[in-house]
Amino acid sequence: MSYQVNEKGYYGVFGGAYIPEMLYPNVKELREKYLEYIQDPKFQEEYLQLLKDYVGRPSPLYLAERLSAKYGAKIYLKREDLNHTGAHKINNTVGQILLAERLGKKRIIAETGAGQHGVATATVCALKGLECIVYMGAVDIERQAPNVARMKMMGATVIPATSGSQTLKDATNEALRDWINNPTDTHYIIGSVVGPHPYPDMVARFQSIISEETKWQLLEKTGTSSPDYVLACVGGGSNAMGMFYHFLDDEHAKLIAIEAAGKGVNTGESAATTLLGKEGVLHGSRSIVMQTEDGQVVEPYSISAGLDYPGIGPQHAHLHTSKRALYVSITDDEAMQAGLELAKLEGIIPAIESSHALAYLSKMEFKGDETVVVCLSGRGDKDLSTYMTYFGL
Amino acid sequence: MNRINKLFEQKNKSVLSIYFTAGYPALNDTLDIAEALEKAGADFLEIGIPYSDPLADGPVIQNSSLTSISNGMTIKVLLEQLKDLRKRVSIPVFLMGYFNPVLQYGVERFCEACSEVGVDGMIIPDLPMYEYEELYQDCFKKHNLSNVFLITPQTSDERIRHIDELTNGFIYLLSSASTTGKNLDLSLKTDEYFSRIKNMNLKNPAIVGFGISDHASFSKASEYAHGAIVGTAFVKLLATENYQEKIPAFIQSLKNPA
Repeated sequence: MSYQVNEKGYYGVFGGAYIPEMLYPNVKELREKYLEYIQDPKFQEEYLQLLKDYVGRPSPLYLAERLSAKYGAKIYLKREDLNHTGAHKINNTVGQILLAERLGKKRIIAETGAGQHGVATATVCALKGLECIVYMGAVDIERQAPNVARMKMMGATVIPATSGSQTLKDATNEALRDWINNPTDTHYIIGSVVGPHPYPDMVARFQSIISEETKWQLLEKTGTSSPDYVLACVGGGSNAMGMFYHFLDDEHAKLIAIEAAGKGVNTGESAATTLLGKEGVLHGSRSIVMQTEDGQVVEPYSISAGLDYPGIGPQHAHLHTSKRALYVSITDDEAMQAGLELAKLEGIIPAIESSHALAYLSKMEFKGDETVVVCLSGRGDKDLSTYMTYFGL
Repeated sequence: MNRINKLFEQKNKSVLSIYFTAGYPALNDTLDIAEALEKAGADFLEIGIPYSDPLADGPVIQNSSLTSISNGMTIKVLLEQLKDLRKRVSIPVFLMGYFNPVLQYGVERFCEACSEVGVDGMIIPDLPMYEYEELYQDCFKKHNLSNVFLITPQTSDERIRHIDELTNGFIYLLSSASTTGKNLDLSLKTDEYFSRIKNMNLKNPAIVGFGISDHASFSKASEYAHGAIVGTAFVKLLATENYQEKIPAFIQSLKNPA
């Protein structure tokens, strides 16, 4: 079975490009050129050089010994939190900015929820001297002031999305509307494996560096490049897709994607898309979407701003329905405890998104010698005030 | 022959279409507004199905959609309201909306219901041509519904020809690449684009939409195309007090110079 996109832009029944005609020329241009550009040796050379010297890759694969002792398995953390700007998001923005340059685009737009992707986009725009406009929900701008300041310091313009619920979903709508109104000079850097084809495939390819490195790092450390379990959190799903990518055809590796249950999947305040959603179209692709019976998209909830998205990427929808990966969910409380536990056991403060993946370890049963890789997608600096409020620190 | 083809047979210049969001400003206003528009002289209507994430729309239509949803509007409710459509309205009526609510209702079931109540066609901006051809075209044809596609200044001639082949109603000519509610660019660029389309001699009539808000923009569009659609400007009127009384004057102000 193929887990990759077909020539029509679909993963099984999911994917496609459900976009109004105004976006068609831009998306078509991207679709026709992205593979050629990405596969060009000069592009690869520049991309890998930047990942090495600017981002700080390869990110370490760290055997967390005290965590391993607690859960009775060999647990490795893929340290995306050590990347420049503090998360995996920059792997994608570095790739897309090089693509934008080759497409001759002068103006970059992006959406952001918690601000991590916005910061990663502002960063590469500063690096390349390109104009940067970031759409961010007005509510999120209030909640994530330090990231707004970071973007501004690097020269980006942050525009509040005041439509709808004023969060990530609406910031994405506003970015797409901007692209409609600026049809020729602008490239839209989407931050996750969502959007019309070819975005889900393109972003997955840029994030696949995570699993590419993990494989050789595992081989070096354990003598085999095939782990028993691979864990990653899923909002839209970009770190998970990058973490799963090179393991998709390795059926030995069990892939587990962890969604945010929020206050509990039955509380009405949750972001567990595969459990609560159904097939639908959002932001240009057919996938699984949280929505009302009438097809109105509902606002999800999670304590983690990076996971409260009402959809998942179409490739995830395919991995879920084909059962190649297991989709589970973790509540706010479970994630917060797991974040605190990692800080105490390993001296690493994880992003609350990544804490969701860590929290699932306590739900697994190990025999003692299994190899587990957890994607530590980001660091917890941005979440300090949430940790402080939650634990009364 | 369906109503929209008949209309263009009888009138091929300055055809005026009005867009409004169903269930706005109040849930049960839909048919009253449709009837008032016909009486005031609109040639055909586009009734918007509200959606939570209307990508192609500016703030005015976004807000009308959110109000309509909170008023309780759904496809089911709309189809119920439209059961009396043909007792009260004789001009062609299109439904315009985004794909997800239609997908949830069921495309086949939706087409069947639309045809039963006397709707003439659909405009679904985010339903791509490829998916329409592969999955839904037969269903639209079976129920004798037109499916209208959009074209923009960036749409290639080849693609316009393909759209012209797929369509049987009219072609929705976007005045520029933009969301709804912007002003029409009255520069030479617009003339060049409109005349390029005119010179293609398409089999379907072309109706200009987006940016048409007054007599000047309406008559500009009508110089090149068969007519134009006014949306945002009318939805704005619906937000004012006693809007019912203002509808005839509004339609006249589009058709005639001040």
